[in-house]
Amino acid sequence: MTENFSIRNYLRDLKLPFCPGCGIFTIMNSFLRAVHELGCEDLSKFVFCSGIGCSSWIPSPYFVADSVHTPHGRSIPVATGIKLLRPKLNVVVFGGDGDIVGIGMSHFIHAARRNLDILVIMVNNMVYGMTGGQVAPTTPFKAKTTTTPYGSFEQPLDSAKLAVAAGACYSARWTTAHPNQLKESIKKAIQMKGFRFIEVVSQCPTAYGRRAGFKNIGEMLKWFKEKAIPIRQAEKMSEKEIERRIVIGEFVQRRRPTIGENVYAMIKEAQVNAR
Amino acid sequence: MKLPKPDTYFWQGNQACAEAAIVGGCRFFAGYPITPASEIAEHMAKRLPQVGGIAIQMEDEMSSIGAVIGASWAGAKAMTATSGPGFSLMQEFIGYAFMTETPCVIVDAQRTGPSTGQATKCGQGDVMQSRWGTHGDYSAIVLSPNSVQEMFALTIKAFNLAEKYRTPVILLSDETIAHMREQITVPQIESIGTINRRKPKLKENAFFGLKEIPPMPAVGEGFNVAVTGSTHDEHGIRFTADPLAHRKLVGRLNNKIRNHVGEISDFEDYNTEDCRIGVISYGCTSRAIYEAVEKAGAKGIKVGSIRLKTVWPFPDKIVRKLAEKADKIIVPEMNLGQIYYEVERASKGLAEVIPVNKIGGGELITPEELLNKILKEAGKND
Repeated sequence: MTENFSIRNYLRDLKLPFCPGCGIFTIMNSFLRAVHELGCEDLSKFVFCSGIGCSSWIPSPYFVADSVHTPHGRSIPVATGIKLLRPKLNVVVFGGDGDIVGIGMSHFIHAARRNLDILVIMVNNMVYGMTGGQVAPTTPFKAKTTTTPYGSFEQPLDSAKLAVAAGACYSARWTTAHPNQLKESIKKAIQMKGFRFIEVVSQCPTAYGRRAGFKNIGEMLKWFKEKAIPIRQAEKMSEKEIERRIVIGEFVQRRRPTIGENVYAMIKEAQVNAR
Repeated sequence: MKLPKPDTYFWQGNQACAEAAIVGGCRFFAGYPITPASEIAEHMAKRLPQVGGIAIQMEDEMSSIGAVIGASWAGAKAMTATSGPGFSLMQEFIGYAFMTETPCVIVDAQRTGPSTGQATKCGQGDVMQSRWGTHGDYSAIVLSPNSVQEMFALTIKAFNLAEKYRTPVILLSDETIAHMREQITVPQIESIGTINRRKPKLKENAFFGLKEIPPMPAVGEGFNVAVTGSTHDEHGIRFTADPLAHRKLVGRLNNKIRNHVGEISDFEDYNTEDCRIGVISYGCTSRAIYEAVEKAGAKGIKVGSIRLKTVWPFPDKIVRKLAEKADKIIVPEMNLGQIYYEVERASKGLAEVIPVNKIGGGELITPEELLNKILKEAGKND
């Protein structure tokens, strides 16, 4: 099946706007390969929602699909309305770290709490890339950005763990140096129910890499590979030991009733009682 | 299905709004608690499931209108309800709904601001915000009811205008109309006209242009619709730098409202035939005019009134016509002067425009206060 994969089948005939070496290419590829390997020849069973930022441009308008490109941080609320009304559609949210766990963090937590049946793929480039490289909630401690020229004085957020605490049915983290694991994880998540979250640590050579001291994209990917530790291994390590490492793998897999299931059961009951 | 039976009821304004929304076809509501709009959410939470719809309380006002916009793109008529503070938070998405041509209804039950102000008290301070609240060049449709009965009618009208013009419509209520209980007659449902958005034909693919009001597909219908708040062409493809693309899109979006002011405008003309003094009012404040106009008339003063049911787009021609007849136009408002400036602009110096303003504590402008003002302006305040 993988042999006849052509990414062009899923994309509009438009020039992609991403910088050379951007991690988005890997993520786009992994996602569409996953879709292809699940037997979807097109994206007609999907709806994509995204906010503002480079990674929000992954589906919009490049995917040949329904896509709703919303204001900054507000993709999940729009996805909520769509999914509740059209429960049969696969609703997938693409967004950056600033979009999903910066300005949109409250929506992210509440959607996980409600167990809204959507898949959120967060491209974590550790910086606000589209606006030129400002500090993000995910920027590593002491990393230099345009708004932290002396190094970040804040602690970064562990989004994958946050998703678990908020009630997600699936939470995983990978990097763009792990495209196969990422693809398999996406395949699994698409087939699951409930709130599903995949964080992909990704390179932004333009707005992050060069300021953080990386000479090229290869160095960034090497850094991801070296810093990555599987979650099983991390569980046996002290907090100090995993500091500044990237814990990869699946953080949770579980089944909980979704808000959609609960809402439609409630409607059924209310209609019977109203007669 | 369980729609309200045609009958006479004793309802609160907010309840009339909720029932009318259901009659008007609303099947999705998302909101966040706020005085004096919460009863709309409560009624919708009870009533929508009975008719197969969904009502959800979101985490804030931004997500409330966001979910409403999502529901609209999923094909449903959808509504949210809030008051000043929440209305401020919704402005970002109101601009988005305008830019993406997403029909939806936003109820703003006004209270006393700015900020938390006097949260349970009536005010009319959001009139300009309802017109200019979001950023960028846009045009708004804003309706203002002055009774429970009219709340019912204008809520349905709000949905119809939203669907017809593919744009967000604001129902500018206020604490008085929202919380007041009055007798209301629900007509035969079949007699109420409802409008639905035009759906695209099988091969249509321009959902954001070519026509003044393009057809609107829902997601999941196979149209591969690309919705974006960025400047886009008729296919939804972003053009973030091209000046012509922006002029074309934003020009059309504004013109589809500005070119139809006559059709959209709704007002009540009371005794303006040969009046020398005119009163222009809207919402709760307009309830004081009838008694004042009648009593002034009994004293031989030629006074008439125009009550705006559509506040925006502003009915320039109607105001201009009144200014041609009257020497003076009195504009009572529960703010420090908002529609007053519009009346002054539209009357082009043909009449003297006089504001009557009252804010704080939810105290309404009384018929006596208005009558005294009319008498004074007519030179009869002896």
